[in-house]
Amino acid sequence: MAEATTELGLGSDYRYGFHDDVRPVFKARRGLDAEVVAQISELKGEPAWMRDFRLRALDIFLQKPLPLRSAWGGDELGELKFEDIYYYVRPTDHNVQNWDDVPAAIKNTFDRLGIPEAERKFLAGASAQYDSEVVYHNINRELEKQGVIFLDTDTALREHEELFRRYFATVVPPEDNKFAALNSAVWSGGSFVYVPRGVDVKIPLQAYFRINSQNMGQFERTLIICEPGSRVHYVEGCTAPIYTTDSLHSAVVEILVLDGARCRYTTIQNWSTNVYNLVTKRAMAYDNATMEWVDGNLGSKVTMKYPSVYLMGRGAKADILSVAFAGPGQHQRAGGKAVHAAPDTTSTIVNKSISKGGGKTTYVGLVSIAEDCPRCKSNVKCDALMLDDRSQSDTVPYIEVEEDDVALEHEATVSKISEEQLFYLMSRGISEQQATMMIIMGFIEPFAKSLPMEYAVELNRLIEMEIEGGLG
Amino acid sequence: MADAGVALEIADLRSSVEGMPILRGVTLRVGPGEVHALMGPNGSGKSTLANTLAGAPRYEVTGGEVRLGGLDLLAMSPDQRARAGLFLAFQYPVEVPGVTVANFIHAALKARGREMPFVEFRKRLLDKIRLLEWDEGVARRYLNEGFSGGERKRNEVLQMAMLEPRIAIMDETDSGLDIDSIKVVSGGVNSLRGDRLGILVITHYERILRYIQPDFVHVMYEGRIVRSGGPDLVDHIEREGYDWIKEEIAATRGGV
Repeated sequence: MAEATTELGLGSDYRYGFHDDVRPVFKARRGLDAEVVAQISELKGEPAWMRDFRLRALDIFLQKPLPLRSAWGGDELGELKFEDIYYYVRPTDHNVQNWDDVPAAIKNTFDRLGIPEAERKFLAGASAQYDSEVVYHNINRELEKQGVIFLDTDTALREHEELFRRYFATVVPPEDNKFAALNSAVWSGGSFVYVPRGVDVKIPLQAYFRINSQNMGQFERTLIICEPGSRVHYVEGCTAPIYTTDSLHSAVVEILVLDGARCRYTTIQNWSTNVYNLVTKRAMAYDNATMEWVDGNLGSKVTMKYPSVYLMGRGAKADILSVAFAGPGQHQRAGGKAVHAAPDTTSTIVNKSISKGGGKTTYVGLVSIAEDCPRCKSNVKCDALMLDDRSQSDTVPYIEVEEDDVALEHEATVSKISEEQLFYLMSRGISEQQATMMIIMGFIEPFAKSLPMEYAVELNRLIEMEIEGGLG
Repeated sequence: MADAGVALEIADLRSSVEGMPILRGVTLRVGPGEVHALMGPNGSGKSTLANTLAGAPRYEVTGGEVRLGGLDLLAMSPDQRARAGLFLAFQYPVEVPGVTVANFIHAALKARGREMPFVEFRKRLLDKIRLLEWDEGVARRYLNEGFSGGERKRNEVLQMAMLEPRIAIMDETDSGLDIDSIKVVSGGVNSLRGDRLGILVITHYERILRYIQPDFVHVMYEGRIVRSGGPDLVDHIEREGYDWIKEEIAATRGGV
């Protein structure tokens, strides 16, 4: 890799893995083939093994059919036009979005949320960078003292190749599904986190702090390694709407939680409503390790996301908490997978979904308990709240158990905002709109209270705006 | 700020539930500082009066007029009625999961234009919780979720104490309570009495009226107030039940 860098004449301050002077011939083009994939790898100055990995993943992507008939996928995927997509756009080329072209609704939301000017342009795709370098560097200095690595994935590959290669694609191999294969072929950006043995990272690591490092790309790839006994909370995304003209977002997140470690991964997704958000998130939890997914989905046209935990060691725990909000024209498929591959493991999956204005939410989940894994416990609870008669909600729970000595619970409820609850709140002087809002926020309270404070506050404001839009 | 309170004036009020006429012409005035007891056998329309006044869904007004401080109460939405000073202590308060007692009361105060600094709010809330001999932890519990019958009623009085309405209607606040709870809840209500707050205590039994002593007592039967008097009417009902009233009404009808 060092050679490749030298060959391309790149300095150490080379942030994006390319340089205008070096490859003036690169021109983003639509569609995907081996040439595009090889070119991405070359532009990034990657080692040969990564280029080969990408090319192999491309083959798998091309061979795998779309999961059109599956509950995990769906017919909507048939509308995707793979040949029209740009699979790699240099970060500077992102700057082509004209602020004037950003829809008024998005600008209005920025106003309401009080997003600073510099951030707005970044979120709207009208600027490639958001200058949060200072915050990021201060945090990073603290982390370095503890031996924690927190970098964007491209930089991590360059600076920590050996560590990177040992774990990369071990949790989500390209064979896993068509979109994991696609991501493997064209990934760019994302986060790399390494927490050494016994280290407790006290502050949540927020991708937001290094938003300039291209982490909100279309095909980001995140890898988190928690050594035994360590603890970390990683937060990605933000509640502000992210406007993009890219129609496909397909990320992969891989997490290893080694013995006795604890990892929480929090996401708030609010893509603009033209985006297909097809994400593979998986963690492997070893002996007495705990993995917690906190996953919020507000935006996008179609989301298919089922954060998974493979419970690989005795006493491992999985907590998957997700919330989905589907407005007009949106379909949120959210849920989770808990695969019990060791005895005495426990999983909890809680899904809360809200649909409004013809929006659709579907819980898709899997609990699987392997043979010879006694004393496993699993608890699944999905609650759907429909705000009107036009909206829809479905539940597709899969349960596969090959062991007798297990405790399984599954509970699903579908409700509407009750007239009695509304009247009760209103009888104290609260307006109908605010009463509705309180009931909805109460409904997702288990989710909101697990968020960092500032995210919870923004989520609240955002849902308020969605509700206002529907009651007018 | 001096506030003389307001009167609730009900004139010939009629209402139905799902097309069934229940109130058949109720006339009643609750003035500032007055405590009225409304008694009567089951099914006489007492709770329907409470719900009709608060603007509950499915209670349809078919005639009459109600004024609160001179304003047309029936033209207002339930939240407007509350902001105008009306309070209903529910007979069966519903659960609202995920909404804490403290947040709910805070939101209600804010909606009524009485937002206060957090420290002050907290102090007042804890004072009132202690007044009701309750555990401070209730402030963080979700509204009525997992509350016992007694706790639900206490929660109604807690809200009443915090929101300081001008007219409070207490719909069978005593039902389902043991005697100790009745004492505590009544103590809370009595602490709010003065020359400003008007209270209408709806009850089937005389028990609660030993603790919240009314100035005026009314008996409702078949959707109308058929007797009004002083506290001695309570004693009469305690001794003889409601049958004598039913008989008198029947006799009057027979004589026409």
